[in-house]
Amino acid sequence: MVARGSIVWVSGPAVKADGMSTTKMYETVEVGESKLIGEVIRLTGDVGFVQVYESTSGLKPGEPVVGTGQPLSVLLGPGVIGKIYDGIQRPLVEMAQKTGDFIGRGIATTPVDMKKKYKFVPQAKKGDTVQPGSILGTVQETPLLTHSILVPPNHRGGTIRDMASEGDYDVNQVIANTERSGYKTELSMYHRWPVRKPRPYAERYDPSVPLITGQRIIDTYFPIAKGGTGAIPGGFGTGKTVTLHQIAKWADSKVVVYIGCGERGNEMTEVLVEFPHLIDPRSGRPLMERTVLVANTSNMPVAAREASIYTGVTIAEYYRDMGFDVVLVADSTSRWAEALREMSGRLEEMPAEEGYPSYLASRLAEFYERAGRVRALGSPERAGSVTIVGAVSPSGADFTEPVTTHTIRFIKTFWALDTRLAYSRHYPSINWMQSYSGYLEDVSKWWKQNVSADWYELRAQSYEILQREDTLKEIVRLLGPEALPDEEKLILELARMIKIGILQQNSFDNVDTYCSPEKQLKLVRLMIKFYKESQKALREGIPLADIRAMPIITTLLKAKFEIPDDQVSKLDDLDNRLSEEFRGISREEAKVVV
Amino acid sequence: MSETVGIEYTKVAEIKGPLMVIDDITKASFDELVEIESADGERRLGKVLEVGFGKAVVQVFEGTTGLAISGTKAKFLGKTMTMPVSQELLGRVFDGLGRPNDSLPEPVADRFIDVNGEPMNPERREYPTSFIQTGVSVIDGMLTLVRGQKLPIFSGSGMPHNILAAQIARQATVVGTKEDFAVVFAAIGVQYSEAQYFKRSLEESGALRRSVLFLNLADDPAIERIITPRVALTVAEYLAFDLGMHVLAILTDMTNYAEALREISAAREEVPGRKGYPGYLYTDLANNYERAGRIKGKNGSVTQVPILSMPADDITHPIPDLTGYITEGQIVLGRDLFRKGIYPSVNVLMSLSRLMKDGVGEGKTRADHMEVGNQLYDAYSRAQEVRALAEIVGKAGLTGVDLKYLEAGDLFESHFLKQNHDENRTLEETMSRAWDVLSSLPEGELTKIKEKNVRQYYKGKP
Repeated sequence: MVARGSIVWVSGPAVKADGMSTTKMYETVEVGESKLIGEVIRLTGDVGFVQVYESTSGLKPGEPVVGTGQPLSVLLGPGVIGKIYDGIQRPLVEMAQKTGDFIGRGIATTPVDMKKKYKFVPQAKKGDTVQPGSILGTVQETPLLTHSILVPPNHRGGTIRDMASEGDYDVNQVIANTERSGYKTELSMYHRWPVRKPRPYAERYDPSVPLITGQRIIDTYFPIAKGGTGAIPGGFGTGKTVTLHQIAKWADSKVVVYIGCGERGNEMTEVLVEFPHLIDPRSGRPLMERTVLVANTSNMPVAAREASIYTGVTIAEYYRDMGFDVVLVADSTSRWAEALREMSGRLEEMPAEEGYPSYLASRLAEFYERAGRVRALGSPERAGSVTIVGAVSPSGADFTEPVTTHTIRFIKTFWALDTRLAYSRHYPSINWMQSYSGYLEDVSKWWKQNVSADWYELRAQSYEILQREDTLKEIVRLLGPEALPDEEKLILELARMIKIGILQQNSFDNVDTYCSPEKQLKLVRLMIKFYKESQKALREGIPLADIRAMPIITTLLKAKFEIPDDQVSKLDDLDNRLSEEFRGISREEAKVVV
Repeated sequence: MSETVGIEYTKVAEIKGPLMVIDDITKASFDELVEIESADGERRLGKVLEVGFGKAVVQVFEGTTGLAISGTKAKFLGKTMTMPVSQELLGRVFDGLGRPNDSLPEPVADRFIDVNGEPMNPERREYPTSFIQTGVSVIDGMLTLVRGQKLPIFSGSGMPHNILAAQIARQATVVGTKEDFAVVFAAIGVQYSEAQYFKRSLEESGALRRSVLFLNLADDPAIERIITPRVALTVAEYLAFDLGMHVLAILTDMTNYAEALREISAAREEVPGRKGYPGYLYTDLANNYERAGRIKGKNGSVTQVPILSMPADDITHPIPDLTGYITEGQIVLGRDLFRKGIYPSVNVLMSLSRLMKDGVGEGKTRADHMEVGNQLYDAYSRAQEVRALAEIVGKAGLTGVDLKYLEAGDLFESHFLKQNHDENRTLEETMSRAWDVLSSLPEGELTKIKEKNVRQYYKGKP
């Protein structure tokens, strides 16, 4: 029986209603005359505490609150890709058609077009036995994506009694009838899934394949694996959003779910404007054909911000279950935590650090645990992954605040953004001394097999130069660079070159925005070669000033944007030029000696 | 905004700080506007913060001084707070709640708009891409302002943020268009002299007739400040999206706004976040700052320049910190440059315009614009490092290239950054000055600029 209560108290997004004794925790309810969507988050006697996902302005005590009997769920089926949703999966384009340029309230919409026909190709046939999660057939959702129609994971499975033949169907039409011990069920091309409940899988695998993002400092120095977790904390202006945009644009995954959680409206607009025009370098198709956006901007209702994270990750898991690699980026988990804090405050719960609720850590853990590379339920056998990358916006860029410290406990790749690097326009401002990746060993095998056997070594050698520079900097700060021997000055010079030529990457430059693994490796190799040649030259008595004056340096530093990915062989020419120039300076030196 | 309809209640249960608790309420709604009449007939406005059966918590904008438990009447007006808007608002001055403050009659309203606004559907937003020339080199060259952007000025006590904001308001133009910006100015708890300076500056440049001013001065009721940016932005949105004007909204000083918010939060005994500010400060600020932008298919735009003073020049203080997370960049004024007498004393390294990349480049400004901006940042940042080093080891301990950077840093400050209050530089002049600075460096140092642009513009010895 659904609950029919009435409002007794309103304060911002929090509403109390009585007569709610038959409602369940986390049930979706309709609040007030205008049927605002809310969710029950606490029950005391027959009083239910409801967080409302829309503005409660004008709501009065006495107005009705009606249960729906359902937990907060998302609709999963063809038509989700390419959409932009709010935090509770209402499509923003359709909402604009109903309420105009500004977001109105109490609007009923469906997340996907229920009338649109897709060409269904059956994969199972009458008489087959299917399990939960098995593939019934496929439809072409976008030119990039073949969408598998799954038996819902919470379905009991059974024998197919009837199967639709190949043809055009809308998502509402029944495509299969199943029976199991007398229970008959009809299946259509969509099902609903409660957002707060992780979708089940058969088995978990260890992540071992890197997610290639085309960002040099990520792929080469602090890689993330498909099915892994990463966090990117940073003060404002350090480039969290730009880095997340870069991952969403260039990651070699099949599907991208982008959650704009309590962030700027224009940032979502930017994705909406850019992605339909940007071409995926691997498939040659517009990026929008693989992207789902969940947008709950900072000025949209705060409770829906809390839900947006779950909405996004459930959609990601759904595509994972089809056997795809999915990347989920969440910008920013701090705003989500603040939404938790706000609701917790209104519930008058005892606060932990900085007013955040004591369950902040467990909520974060639950969220990041939904990442992973898994074998999906049902047949045929297939593996898919969800990679989660969350931005963290620490107050005052202080990494000891609760959201950052708790997040670090549950992730394996940590890209620390550095305000000082951002001030000097070193972008991406990922601090190479603070950041780390727990996947380095796991993915090195992939690099060795697919790119080059010396990857691990080259990476280690170049990273060592950066580490040595870090200690030398202290001495320079006290005594000046001239106090160092030439060998160490060379380290400083090389660190500068690696920083400019490799670590810094311009997201807004057409060439530099994406760097293929091959080009990344060649650039590192050139730097190391330059280093070794310079060391040799120094030993031969050539002055450091001569090395510093070599014209090849500027060319090396500009190679990242002057040489596009499809002309990487030009980097081999640079390799030759490098050898020549070194031969040149040693000849001149020889002349002087003579 | 006097209304006669509504239900009147007389049972005031409690008055504390800016809040009033009223009992025996039978019909009130959340966010509803309340008119409060004191025993001696004085009227004030308030709004419902919390409502339950038989009880409502009301926030009184003009403060509760002089109100008594007995004799005070509260009339619930059955609507949320609205601002009457029409074209007649242009050239007018209002108080912090949107009531005329210039002894002229109330403007005839075209319609009434809820001051809280509604969130713009991100899908309906038009991405901002038109370059605004402010005539200030450091802004145009390195921190480009774009129509529909929200770009705050982070200042400190005594620094010339109002002079800079007024200069932007006077000089802002979109090159190649004849349209002038309408200016909506909201003074939030600022001193009389500051508001006056701004008003005079608009008057002298003839911009006052296309301006709307909202003044809540330092001695006006503090709680009123919650409403001041909201009425101002309501008018800005109306001018932009109903009348198709390009609006520059200047809000000063948002620190006073946040303090008013804290006062109410404390009175409500809420669990505080950092430094006593409420946990929802971010959301609340965002509700104001996000009211900037452009809408698809509409002509106008709202460009926002909020100003805030950083308490003790601390950029990690919650107000500038949360603001920076919401706005599309920040212009930070630096105490060191201010002491050196350089105007505008913009600390470029701490400043940023997130939308610059979208407003500049070939076809919009110049192909080398972004690269030059980046190279200037890089050069100035190196110069600062070298300066710090020179303090310790002396110039003798520096390499030749380092010395070049020192020179470039000085030239940057004296030739590029520094300009007069009324100096309006064209973009060409700004770019030319930028290349003067960059040309003091060896060509090989320009690692952020494409070869072809270096060849075209570099003025130094190759």
